[in-house]
Amino acid sequence: MNFWILLTVNSITFGGLLFLLSAGFSLIFGLMRIPNLTHGSLFMLGAYVGATFIIGFIGLKFDFWIAAILAALVVAAFGALCERLLLRRLPGDQLAQVLVTLGISFMVADFCLMVWGGDPISVATPQHLGGFIRYGIAVFPLYRLAIIGIAALVAICLWLLLERTRLGAMIRAGVDDPEMARVVGIRVSQLFTIVFALGSALAAFAGIIGGPILSVYPGLDQDMLPLALVVVILGGTGSLLGSFVGSLIVGFLYNFGQALLPELAYFILFLPMLLVLVVRPQGLFGRQLQ
Amino acid sequence: MSTRATIALGVALLALVTLPYWLTQIYYVNVASQILFYAIFALGVNLLLGYAGLVSLGHAGLFGIASYATAYLLAAGFGHTLSIVAALIIGLFSTAIFAALSLRTAGIGFIMITLALGEILWGLAYRWISITNGDNGISVHGRPQPFGLSLASANSFYYATLFVFLLCVIVVTIFVRSPFGAALKGTRDQPRRMTALGYHVWMIRFWACMFSGLLTCIAGILFVYYTQFISPQTVALTSSAEVVLMVISGGPATLLGPIVGAGLVVVVKSVVSGFIERWNFLLGAIFVAIVILMPEGLVPGTVRLWKLGWRKTMARRRPAVIAKTGEPAP
Repeated sequence: MNFWILLTVNSITFGGLLFLLSAGFSLIFGLMRIPNLTHGSLFMLGAYVGATFIIGFIGLKFDFWIAAILAALVVAAFGALCERLLLRRLPGDQLAQVLVTLGISFMVADFCLMVWGGDPISVATPQHLGGFIRYGIAVFPLYRLAIIGIAALVAICLWLLLERTRLGAMIRAGVDDPEMARVVGIRVSQLFTIVFALGSALAAFAGIIGGPILSVYPGLDQDMLPLALVVVILGGTGSLLGSFVGSLIVGFLYNFGQALLPELAYFILFLPMLLVLVVRPQGLFGRQLQ
Repeated sequence: MSTRATIALGVALLALVTLPYWLTQIYYVNVASQILFYAIFALGVNLLLGYAGLVSLGHAGLFGIASYATAYLLAAGFGHTLSIVAALIIGLFSTAIFAALSLRTAGIGFIMITLALGEILWGLAYRWISITNGDNGISVHGRPQPFGLSLASANSFYYATLFVFLLCVIVVTIFVRSPFGAALKGTRDQPRRMTALGYHVWMIRFWACMFSGLLTCIAGILFVYYTQFISPQTVALTSSAEVVLMVISGGPATLLGPIVGAGLVVVVKSVVSGFIERWNFLLGAIFVAIVILMPEGLVPGTVRLWKLGWRKTMARRRPAVIAKTGEPAP
C-alpha cells in the first residue's frame, strides 16, 4: 500500500519538475516558434550552478532557496544572451534555429563536463524539509510535497501572469499573431527576450530543486530534453494547460514504468505520444504544429 | 556532363581506388573507410534533409537498430549473410514505423518527433540490458568473407566499403535525377501545389524515408563490421547531430556535399581528438558558426565564392564592359 502511495507522490513530484521545465519550452515555442533544444542543457546548467552556490563558491555559501533563485537568474541571463546574440539573427528559419540551439546544447554539456567533472554531484535536501509526514500508515517525504507545492504555485502564477496581466495579454497576442501584435504597437522583440529569459529561469529552477531527487550528473540534459519534448508533443505547444496535463501523464508513466518494468521505462513513455500523434497530431490542447 | 566534370570525376575515382597505395599507413586507410560509410549515412540523411526538406534528428536511432541487430544476431550465433539480411529487414521495418509516426507532421513537428524517437531508441539501447547489454555494448567477432575474400585487413575492408559506397552513390544519383526525385523536390518546395497536381505527397515522403532508411542501415552494418563493437553512444543524439552537420556543412540537396561533409567531420574529429579530449564543444561551435556564417554549406558556398572570384577577375580584365552595364539607364 505504502509502496503505491509513495510511487504516486514521486510521480506527481516528477510531473511538477517536468511542468517547470516544459512550460518554458512550450511558451518559447508557442510565442517565438523557436524549438529550443538547449532547454535540457539549461536545466542541467541550472542544477550545476545552483549546486555550486550551495556547496560554496569563492568562499560564499548560500541557503538552498537563495542558491536556487540565483541559479535561475544566472541561467536566465545566459538564455537572454543566446537569444539576443544568436537566435535573433535567424528569425523564421527553424532549421537554423534547431541547429544553433543544438550546437549551444553540445557546448553547454561539454562546458559542464570540463568545469564540474564527470562525477555526479549530490545536492543535500534543505535541512528543514528533510523529514517525513505521517498520515495513518502512509509516509510522505516532506521535500517532495514541497516540490509539488512549488510547481502548483508556479503554475498558478504563470496562469495569472498569462491571463490576468498586461504582459500576459501581450504574450498571448504575440502567440496568436505576431505581425498583428507588432502593428498594434506591442514590442514583440522585447517580449521574445523576456519569454526566453523566463523559460530559461524556470528550467534552471527546476534543475536545482530537482537536484536532491535526481542529483546532478553529465547527461542530465539528454535525459530531460526528450521528456520535455514528449510533454510538449502530448500537451500541444504554446498551451500551459497542455504542459500541465502532459507533465503529469509523463511523470506517472515514467515513475510507474521504472518501478514495474525498469528495462522498458523509457519505451513506455512513447506509447501515449504515439496515441496522441495518431489521434491528434497537434497535441491534446494545442493547435496545428507547423 | 562537361569535360571538366568528367575529368574531375575520373581523378576522384582513381584517387579513391588507389588510396591504399599512396596513403600507406593503416590508420589513414581506416579513416578513409570511416569517411566512406559515414558518407553513405550522410547521403541517406540528405535525401530527407536536402531533397525533401525534412530534417531528421533521429537517424542515429535507425543506424543503431541496424548495427545492434547485426551484432545481436552474430552474437547469437547466426551466419553473416543471414545477420546482414535480417538486420536490413529489421531496419527497414523500423524505418517504416519511424516514418509513419514522424510524417504525421512536417517542418518543425517532424524535427521534434524524430528527435524524441531517436532519444527513445537511445534509451532502449542504454536500458534494455537483456538485449543490448546496456552500456557495455556488444562485440562482434570477425568480418564476413564475400566470395571467399577475407575483409580482416584494413585495405580489404576499405575496398569492400568503397564498392558499397560507389554503388550507393550511383543509385542515389539515379534516384535524384528520376521523375520521383523531381516529385520529391516538388513536395519540399510546394507541397500544396503538388497535392493539387494529383501527387500523393505523403506517399512520396514515405518512400523517400524508406530509401533514406535503407542507406542508413547499410551504413550501420558497415559501421558495426568496421568497429566490431556497438554501444549506446552510437545511437545518441550527438551521432544524429553529427550526420546532420555533415549534410549541412557540405551542402544539402547536392550529391557531393554530404560526401565532402562526411570527410570534413570525420577528419576533424579524428585529428582533433588527438589534441583535445572532448570534441563535443568544437562540434557545437562549428555548428553555430556554419549556420551563422555559411548557411548554404561548404560546396555551394565555395562554388559561389569561386564564381564571385571568377567574375572579379573577369571584371579586372575587362573593366569597360562592367562599367557599361553598371551605369544606370538614362
